Amino acid sequence: MLPHYFNHLFVSGIDIYIADVLIILASISIVGVLTYFKKWKWLWREWLTTVDHKKIGIMYILAAFAMFFRGGMDGLMMRTQLAVPNNHFLGAQHYDEVFTTHGTIMILFMAMPMLIGLINVAMPLQIGARDVAFPYLNAISLWTFFFGALLFNLSFVIGGSPDAGWTSYAPLAGPTFSPGPGENYYLFGLNLAGLGTLASGINFLVTIIKMRAPGMTLMRMPMFVWSTLITSILIIFAFPVLTVALSLLSFDRLFGSHIFSMTHGGMPMMWVNLFWIWGHPEVYIVILPAFGILSEVIGTFSGKKLFGYSAMVGSLIAIAFLSFLVWVHHFFTMGAGATVNSFFGVSTMLIAIPTGVKIFNWIFTMYKGKVRFNTAMLWSLAFIPTFVIGGMTGVMLAVAPADYQYHNSYFLIAHFHYMLVGGTVFGVFSGLYYWWPKMFGMKLNETLGKWHFWLFMISFNLTFLPMYLLGLMGMTRRMYTYPPGLGWSHLNMLETVGAFGQGFAMMFMMVNIIWSIKNGERDLTGDAWDGRALEWATTSPAPEYNFAHIPMIYGRDAFWDRKYGKDKAKYTLKAKPYTPIHMPNNSGRPFLMAVAFFISFFGFVFEWWLVAGLGLLAVFFFMFSRSFETNTDHYISVEEIEHTESGGGRS
Amino acid sequence: MAYQMDAHHAPVDPSVPLEYSTEDGQLKILGFWVFIAADIVLFSCLFATYVVLHNNTYGGPTAEQLFDVPGFVTETLLLLTSSFTCGLAIFEMHRSRLQPMIGWWIVTILLGMGFVGMEISEFAKYVGEGANITRSAFLSSFFILVGTHGTHVTIGIFWMISILIQLIRYGITAVTARKAFVVSIYWHFLDAIWIFIFTVVYLSGKVS
Repeated sequence: MLPHYFNHLFVSGIDIYIADVLIILASISIVGVLTYFKKWKWLWREWLTTVDHKKIGIMYILAAFAMFFRGGMDGLMMRTQLAVPNNHFLGAQHYDEVFTTHGTIMILFMAMPMLIGLINVAMPLQIGARDVAFPYLNAISLWTFFFGALLFNLSFVIGGSPDAGWTSYAPLAGPTFSPGPGENYYLFGLNLAGLGTLASGINFLVTIIKMRAPGMTLMRMPMFVWSTLITSILIIFAFPVLTVALSLLSFDRLFGSHIFSMTHGGMPMMWVNLFWIWGHPEVYIVILPAFGILSEVIGTFSGKKLFGYSAMVGSLIAIAFLSFLVWVHHFFTMGAGATVNSFFGVSTMLIAIPTGVKIFNWIFTMYKGKVRFNTAMLWSLAFIPTFVIGGMTGVMLAVAPADYQYHNSYFLIAHFHYMLVGGTVFGVFSGLYYWWPKMFGMKLNETLGKWHFWLFMISFNLTFLPMYLLGLMGMTRRMYTYPPGLGWSHLNMLETVGAFGQGFAMMFMMVNIIWSIKNGERDLTGDAWDGRALEWATTSPAPEYNFAHIPMIYGRDAFWDRKYGKDKAKYTLKAKPYTPIHMPNNSGRPFLMAVAFFISFFGFVFEWWLVAGLGLLAVFFFMFSRSFETNTDHYISVEEIEHTESGGGRS
Repeated sequence: MAYQMDAHHAPVDPSVPLEYSTEDGQLKILGFWVFIAADIVLFSCLFATYVVLHNNTYGGPTAEQLFDVPGFVTETLLLLTSSFTCGLAIFEMHRSRLQPMIGWWIVTILLGMGFVGMEISEFAKYVGEGANITRSAFLSSFFILVGTHGTHVTIGIFWMISILIQLIRYGITAVTARKAFVVSIYWHFLDAIWIFIFTVVYLSGKVS
């Protein structure tokens, strides 16, 4: 007897067939290239088993780029569908699937991993540490995220995509209205990736609390480290809520429980509350690290110390605190009543105050500075006005009575794209151009970078600015087609042109990366931008152990002070002898454990209990065998350190 | 060339308890406390769900009809006692007495198994009476909340067994001491969660 989901296994549709073929071709070519160049061993030894935070960060960023491409394709498909009235490029069902995967992938599998990748690369270097607190756990985080994303993406070609929106509201996402495996993919893919995110949060928090170089007090930490610290705390308190919400809905779907159902006493509002108790802090999880990047970039390229450091720290904390108090603003129109709506409206608007403080501080940092308009700096500069537009429209949405007008309209969509693209994505690009030399030892090309910037920035505004107008004109979100004669057609066409412009702009970045690998300006000093924080105090790329000597810290902007500060003398290292450095061993287990998780969760998606059970058993086996492992670390010998240091890093 | 090194390094600081004596030990214990904070959030959400749904019995059995006082009081006694014996094991660990530590460790595992066994028979009894997870929102939230705690306890038992083997094999070292200490934090935490389940679910269910 075949399981009843077996019929759903193969998805049909012309785009699915194209995807099938592309996936097979890509897989064959990856396998072919690796075999031809005999790189399998290298891949396994150097990357898949690594516990080096810098390599883990790079892999996070790579996977996030792949997801950016997938989510971007979804976006382009939506914009193609909406370009003209009465269009039937996508069917209604297909459109539902595409907007669901677009939202989920962009937030959970693109923005977060991109930021966690940059944190992994830069944060341990900035605090003068040799590694994160739990390198082995860090590898588990990466691979659970990776296989969670893979599981979610598999839905496109096997079984069908989820279609209940990225918020997956019950009862629409329940077993009655969303039969088939699509929603299961959402639940189990997110839960697997969420495990890794929670582990990252714990890892970064402990790293920052316990592993700062001597002399680096909390108030001497670079702002990016501060934003990581606060983000970690948000992750630790928000992600368990997501785990619970997803698990409860999984129980409803797989085991027939009645937490969110419409019958037997279930309560769909419970989902909405749990989802947004996680979901609102989540939007700060993806914006605070971008704030941190901005502070680093603006400080460096203005040649000045960050203006209002303690106000910046205070506002980060205030934003984090308030982010947990505002979740109800996502459903003002669901009948909570005037008192509740007022409370959540006011608490939402309060967030504008600390955010405004930060905006002014960035502007004052540039004031009277020698501003260098590098690509990284341009992205940070563009961040400011777009984020202000997004923020102000956010305050408009926080007015509960007015929200009855904006709610679920394109006005809202425009608002959060200004925050998430104009905020997070601009911040990420800024960080990528900024830390690229540290990651790979060469700079990205400035000309191509500026083409990328200007094209993307203009196209971005072309896409999302008309959305505000469309929203005010009554166009609602999740609408798959619309009749002519509503006055929406021209603006929609404009948006579609903008969307393709953004896709076109991204090609400049890809070309830039490929061009720069061959011809990019090499960074031999380790200090590509005349930087201020400690990541620039070591070679580019940094050696496995980051610093041969753990640096001593005497003030903020430690590296700047060492170069130009008045107590420069204090920083001058006496030629101390090297001592052996204690480092963790590589391990293939995190990767294999995530594979086991993937197999198990794939079994759960299709309710193949045997597969699910065996996979989980394998996960526990890997945990158990880790507990009995004794050779978990090694020392790097003095000779090897001398050799590496004289060679100027890995390059 | 890098040379391999045994993870069971010598303690670096004799003035602190053994589990805190290496930098690695300190990091992992702090990390585990942070994990506990996350787990508290997880249970808070499940408690909130239960509190919201506990009256939604949809014509099915209510808490008052279902819960059996001697049963859940015995479960409570087993788990609370196991937390005490776990504390005794750590106490003996700090006095570097391996044999008594292992003894208390085994007692803790057995008490934990007794607790899980009773919980399984309790669940089986309810299901046998038709009070299963699909019957009503009350029962769904009940089984998920109490079952999540039971799953935690079960994982804890397997975890303690693996530490037991390591204690027998390596004795009390900085590494095994840290591992035993971490699992004891976990065990006491589950005890604290049970006190909330005892109050919010069982006692409140009986008096309402």
